[in-house]
Amino acid sequence: MADGETDIRVRGLVKQYQGIRAVDGIDLDVRRGETFALLGPNGAGKTTTVEILEGYRERDGGEVGVLGHDPQEADRRWRTRIGIVMQESSDIYELTVDEIVRHFAGYFPAPRDPLEVIELVGLGEQRRSRTTALSGGQRRRLDVALGLVGGPELLFLDEPTTGFDPEARRRFWELLRGLKRDGTTILLTTHYLDEAEQLADRVAVMSRGRIVALDAPDRLGGRQGASARVGWNEPGDGARSVETDQPTRLIAQLAERLGGEVPGLTVVRPTLEDVYLRLIGEQG
Amino acid sequence: MNDAQTPAKLPSALSLGFSRAGIELRQYWRQRDAVVFTFGYPIIMMLIFGSVFKGDISGTHVPYQQYYAAGLAATGTMAVAFQGVAIGIATDRTDKTIKRLRGLPMPPISYFLGKILQATAVGLAQTSLLLAVAGLFFGLHLPSSPARWATLVWVFVLGLATCAVLGIALGGLVRDGRSASAVVFPPFLVLQFISGVFFPLGQIGPVLRDIGSVFPLKWMCQGIRSVFLPDSFQAQEPSGSWQHPLTALILGGWIVAGTVLALRTFRWRGKYDG
Repeated sequence: MADGETDIRVRGLVKQYQGIRAVDGIDLDVRRGETFALLGPNGAGKTTTVEILEGYRERDGGEVGVLGHDPQEADRRWRTRIGIVMQESSDIYELTVDEIVRHFAGYFPAPRDPLEVIELVGLGEQRRSRTTALSGGQRRRLDVALGLVGGPELLFLDEPTTGFDPEARRRFWELLRGLKRDGTTILLTTHYLDEAEQLADRVAVMSRGRIVALDAPDRLGGRQGASARVGWNEPGDGARSVETDQPTRLIAQLAERLGGEVPGLTVVRPTLEDVYLRLIGEQG
Repeated sequence: MNDAQTPAKLPSALSLGFSRAGIELRQYWRQRDAVVFTFGYPIIMMLIFGSVFKGDISGTHVPYQQYYAAGLAATGTMAVAFQGVAIGIATDRTDKTIKRLRGLPMPPISYFLGKILQATAVGLAQTSLLLAVAGLFFGLHLPSSPARWATLVWVFVLGLATCAVLGIALGGLVRDGRSASAVVFPPFLVLQFISGVFFPLGQIGPVLRDIGSVFPLKWMCQGIRSVFLPDSFQAQEPSGSWQHPLTALILGGWIVAGTVLALRTFRWRGKYDG
């Protein structure tokens, strides 16, 4: 495959429910091997968009190409090339991890080794456990195993870590980084800004059915050029802070004036959260 | 990574249907509490009715117990194939099993094949066990001729197929898995009383009997009676005969109607899919 190939291409996508535009004309390109995050509040249209890309829903307007095919017309062969991790669900009862992963492998013409996939998602010790005995985080990793066992080129993850404790979330991120290293293209929706920042090459922020910003997480919303807030402890005067476009120059001046080390020095750029809240706030 | 130039062969719809049936059977068996009441239902009823109602049906030499055995074999098949499949599909939709399967490279027909094959396996095991219990405790004899065996096979196959396609059709209509048993069970219970499962058809009023005659259960019961009861019992049937050709015709008609209905009612999406 040629370098820089586009796995997902969306132009002017529209989806309405009862006359209301849940997705209101979005454009999107996800490159091969990229991890791309869709961020946005509930009801922004993230899941609708992803489900159109997965071939679950029909669109009302625009063009969509996923791995070179229109998902609406896609066949079984196309489905062998994608993996889907839906939002949390309560199916798959009374089966062991081993049984269900093997069963899912059977739908694909050239699946990955089920055992290897179970190890990869860190469920090796739970192989013989019933799915009902798994914790929330383990259960979610099983969902990922089921999305991966077909050996997909493109993996969709819809809010994969909702309800995780922080440690489980870190482990999950490691898993996704490993998939990216192996060349899997990943489209992720999430509520969690740190998740997008940690994992995604690029982030699109959706609000009310539109994409309001799209960039690398450290550049989103002009973040890298935004002014910084420099804070320090002024001897005899306590905490001080100044917002400036030239933090380096300010710190040099401070260092000179205070004779070396600046007490309690901090330099803060707007966090992704600051930028995000501003972006969706502007829309609301 | 897949190589799009030399794609490996996709698994066939039939083999995936068997694979679905296998995984569903495991899930079914492991729900012990449900198994006791769905799988055990006709057997429990056989033990109760067989112990309480003894003696012969008036004007015949046929014990009530053998009459029940035939009726309960038909009812058990309907419970597994109609009620089981309808509730199973409605539940699959609500708990998102169906949605997950749609995301896989599976031909839709494999899902239905899985349901039908699973119902066939459970129905076969249940009917065999019921007949064994009836044979051991209530004097029921195995079919006495190859012709009667053949009747048992075609009545079972047609009856099960009828119930399964109707189960698929109803499972498509019920939008919410949580209300599925409430929707499915009452009509099925009423049908049992007017189809000659518990009382000989001669003891049921003609109007109810006619209503019962529209539905498959009456014909399944009568067909199975023709396998296990002596031919002299035909005098007790309202028509005076086993009505084999009509039975085949009516069950066949229901299979066609049920298939058409299932194709029209079935939706992959559920009430809560947004």
